[in-house]
Amino acid sequence: MSQVAEATVPVASRRPAARPSARTARLILVKIVSAILVLVAAASVTFFAQLLVPGSRAVAILNQQTGRAQLWTPAQLAPVNHEFGFDKPLIVQYLDYVGGLFRGNLGTSYTQYRPVTQVIGAELLPSLELTAASLVAAWVLAIAAILLTAKRGRFFSALGSTWEALTASLPTYWVGVVLLVVFAVEIRIFPVIGGTSAWGTVLPVLTLAIPLAGFLGQVTRDEFEKVLDQPFITTARTRGMGDTAVRLKHALRHSVLPAITLSGWAMGALISGAVIAENVYGRPGIGQVLVNAVNTRDVPTVSGIVLVVAGVYVIANLLVDIAYALVDPRLRAS
Amino acid sequence: MSSISFPRAGALARLGSLRIPVRPGTAVPLLIVLLVTVAAIAPGVLTHRSPTAIDIEHTLLPPSLSHPFGTDDAGRDLYTRVVYGARESLGIGLGATGLAMSIALLLGFIAGLAGGLVDVVINRILEVAFAFPVLLLALLLIAIYGPSLTTEIVAVGIGSAPGYARMVRGQVLNVRKAAYVEAAAALGHRRHAVVRRHLFPNAMRPLVAMITLGVGQSIVWASGLAFLGLGVAPPSPEWGALLDYGREYITTSWWLEIMPGLVIVLVALSVTALGRTLQHRLEGAAR
Repeated sequence: MSQVAEATVPVASRRPAARPSARTARLILVKIVSAILVLVAAASVTFFAQLLVPGSRAVAILNQQTGRAQLWTPAQLAPVNHEFGFDKPLIVQYLDYVGGLFRGNLGTSYTQYRPVTQVIGAELLPSLELTAASLVAAWVLAIAAILLTAKRGRFFSALGSTWEALTASLPTYWVGVVLLVVFAVEIRIFPVIGGTSAWGTVLPVLTLAIPLAGFLGQVTRDEFEKVLDQPFITTARTRGMGDTAVRLKHALRHSVLPAITLSGWAMGALISGAVIAENVYGRPGIGQVLVNAVNTRDVPTVSGIVLVVAGVYVIANLLVDIAYALVDPRLRAS
Repeated sequence: MSSISFPRAGALARLGSLRIPVRPGTAVPLLIVLLVTVAAIAPGVLTHRSPTAIDIEHTLLPPSLSHPFGTDDAGRDLYTRVVYGARESLGIGLGATGLAMSIALLLGFIAGLAGGLVDVVINRILEVAFAFPVLLLALLLIAIYGPSLTTEIVAVGIGSAPGYARMVRGQVLNVRKAAYVEAAAALGHRRHAVVRRHLFPNAMRPLVAMITLGVGQSIVWASGLAFLGLGVAPPSPEWGALLDYGREYITTSWWLEIMPGLVIVLVALSVTALGRTLQHRLEGAAR
């Protein structure tokens, strides 16, 4: 932990008051340990979820594989039970599963007979690219809308906040379908099935970014308008600072924090959205794998993807917490 | 907090006395919710056609005066199908919200009232639950139990319960700290009497708003599952099933996908707007 603390010293030394103390290091350590505990708990949930499959898991696998529902003899079931480790005591299976996570093992697919990590593997990257690009696009859209409309007279303010309230509650699939119909079917600017090409990624990114931008905008706008009423903004203006500079340099910096706090949540929302957007645009990624796995009742693959997403959420939240502990002196004091 | 009031049981019964201003922002959503309710109870009032009437001479017609939402590949009137689908869609929304609220009230009240270790444990459970996005948790349940109407309701209900549980807990803690509860305890009333007469009714106050918001959210989540082909299946006119059905025609007959989606969006927006208005009013009245 001391490495993290030391690494920030050069930056912090310019402002001695912000030097990370041993207390901060301890706070960060506690956050990391509790994040690991949350992940282990999440893994326990997905492990026990797999036990909920009605009937015997070996029967379910054989039924799925052969496409028949029949009575299987113990002799037929034994190799399946052995291969997936269902014949081991439950506690051993549980420890294998949770321990396997730390070795990058998410179990074995029921339908493809190969490790879940392999099934997800190559598909994870396009999905992460999509979510990352959408997060950036959402922030750009949200900030542009706020800079242009917040506190610019009643009409523009109302226009901006109505737009945000409207877009924030739009379901991803509908945004996706409307964009697809308008910009790929009626006006043929973008391809209907874009694959992972940059041009084909524009519509999926907008599909995810528009509702998220509405949400981020709602949270940030309130804060932005409050900050614009603060005395230090008046001070900056009396120093002769222009309106654009005041907005960019002072107001924006103070008003994005609440929305950044929600980044973990936003990542979760984006990945859920990506599942839908990938299915709308036929884009390769975990979304397609996930829906296929749900359709074929491949519970380990579904569990694996759900767990990876939970991990992304926990890590995003952890990073936000750590950033806060390092940046905001008030949090360290409490 | 400057004046101490003593709200008693029946806080919910006084809902009617909340003066909700008639503005376009409230009237339009109210009208839409009213129309959907009528459609769910007596669909025949809103359309004279049958949702299953096949008309092979008028297939895949775009929206027009006689077919406001267009027709599908069997010539069935899409508007009529949407009207008849309202009952099942609203049922899914109400069912999922009911389940979510039951779980949320149970966990929220136990955590808020018991405090201490119980509160810590429940809070930790909620924290873990938050790591699973609603859609993904729902997909996991569908993978385990197979797609069906029941799975869909249970999946959306369980998925959205943690968020509401946290709200209920917060509300219980707020009311516990309120001056009138402390005053009632100081007057020597027994604990269970204070809980029953003061804490419970006041902590339940925002529930109406939460349920309203929840129904809108549940309909959106359920329709998302149906869009992926994992909810109510066609040929049911349930809104999610209509979306599932229309996907095949996105590139040729857009109305089959856009119109049911538009109805879901309008209903969700209206219900959310009404929920927010209620929330503000109820919070205002609590002060």
